[in-house]
Amino acid sequence: MNVQVSLSRWLALTASLMGVLVIANPTLSAEIASADRRSDYEFMRRDTQAMQDDDAANPGMLWVLEGETLWNARAGEANKSCADCHGDARVSMKGIASVYPSFDDKREKLVDLEARINICRTDHQNAKPLPFESKELLALMAYVARQSNGMPIKSNTDVRLKPHINAGQRMFYGRQGQLNLSCAQCHEDNWGKQLAGNKVPQGHPTGYPIYRLEWQNLGSLQRRLRTCLSGMRAQPYEYGSVELIELELYLMWRARGMTMDTPAVRP
Amino acid sequence: MSSALINVPARAKRGEIIAIKTLISHLMETGFRYDSTGVLVPRNIITDFVCTYNGEEIFRAGFFPAIAANPFMIFYTVATESGTIVFQWAGDNGYSESASAKIVVE
Repeated sequence: MNVQVSLSRWLALTASLMGVLVIANPTLSAEIASADRRSDYEFMRRDTQAMQDDDAANPGMLWVLEGETLWNARAGEANKSCADCHGDARVSMKGIASVYPSFDDKREKLVDLEARINICRTDHQNAKPLPFESKELLALMAYVARQSNGMPIKSNTDVRLKPHINAGQRMFYGRQGQLNLSCAQCHEDNWGKQLAGNKVPQGHPTGYPIYRLEWQNLGSLQRRLRTCLSGMRAQPYEYGSVELIELELYLMWRARGMTMDTPAVRP
Repeated sequence: MSSALINVPARAKRGEIIAIKTLISHLMETGFRYDSTGVLVPRNIITDFVCTYNGEEIFRAGFFPAIAANPFMIFYTVATESGTIVFQWAGDNGYSESASAKIVVE
C-alpha cells in the first residue's frame, strides 16, 4: 500500500516535472537558421511563380489598381482622401507595410495594417471602418503594401512590441486544436515536404495580402491564419483579435530581412 | 473594382507576332455552389469575349462555369497597322465590360 502510494506520488511528481520542463522549453522545434529561410514563393510551381511575376497576369494587381483609385477618392463626413493627408503613396507609403504590425501611440495598442487603415478612416475621414476582408479594405492594403515591394521586412525595435512578439511566439510553438498541432510542427519541422498538392512552406508573410488560387480571391494574413487554425481543428480567433495580430507580428519578426513581394500569388 | 488589366505592346514592327494579355475582375460564380444557408448561388459568369483590331474581329472566346475567377487570357495576333484594339466581355445578368488599347505599327 505504502509502496503504491509512494509510487503514484513519484509518478505525479515526475509528470509535473516533465510538465515544467515542457513549459520551460516550449521550443522543441528549432527556429529555422537564417541561411535556410525560404520565401513561400520558392515552394510554388513555376507556373504559379510566373503568374506572380508578370504584373499583367497577377490577379492581385486588380486590387492594387482599385486601391490606387480608393487612395485618391474622398470619403466620410470629412470629405478627405488618403492622398489629402499622405500625398503620393508611392513616396509616403514606401516601406510602411514592412514595419507592421506596430504600436499605436494614441490607442496604446498593437495594430496591423488593416487596423491602421480603419483608424485613419474613423479618426481623420469620419468614415465607417471597412469590414474585414471587404474588397475596399483589401484593395487599400494591397496598394499600401505594394509600395514596399522589393524591400526587406524590418525588425521593429519598439520595446513595447516585445511582450506581443513573445505572446505570438508562444502561440506559434504551442499546440492547439483537436489535432493537437503547433504551427511549428508544419512550418519548422516539416517544411518542403508534400502536403496534398503543394509543398509545406516555412510560413513567412512576405506578400500579404495574397491572391490565393484556392480562394480565387485576395485575402489577408488574418484570413490565412484563421484557415490554418481551422485546418488544425482549433477555434479560429476572431478577425481583429489581439491573438491574431500578435501571431502576425511574430511571423513578421521571424521573417525580418526577407524581401516583400506584395501582392503575392499562392496556391 | 477596376475591372480590366490589358497588356498590348505600345509599338510593334509590321508583320510582327504580338502577345495580348487580358485580366478581368469577375467572380465566375459557377451556379453549382450552395451558400451557408443551403440556398443555391445562382450562376454569374462571363460567357463571351471578343477582341477587334481596327474593327475587325481577331479573337473570340466562349467562357464556361469551370473557368476560374478573374479570368486571364493570352493570345497572339500579327501587327498589321497602327490603330486600336478593343476588348469586350459579356455575361450573365447583363454583364458587359470593355477596354481598349492603342498600338503603333512601324
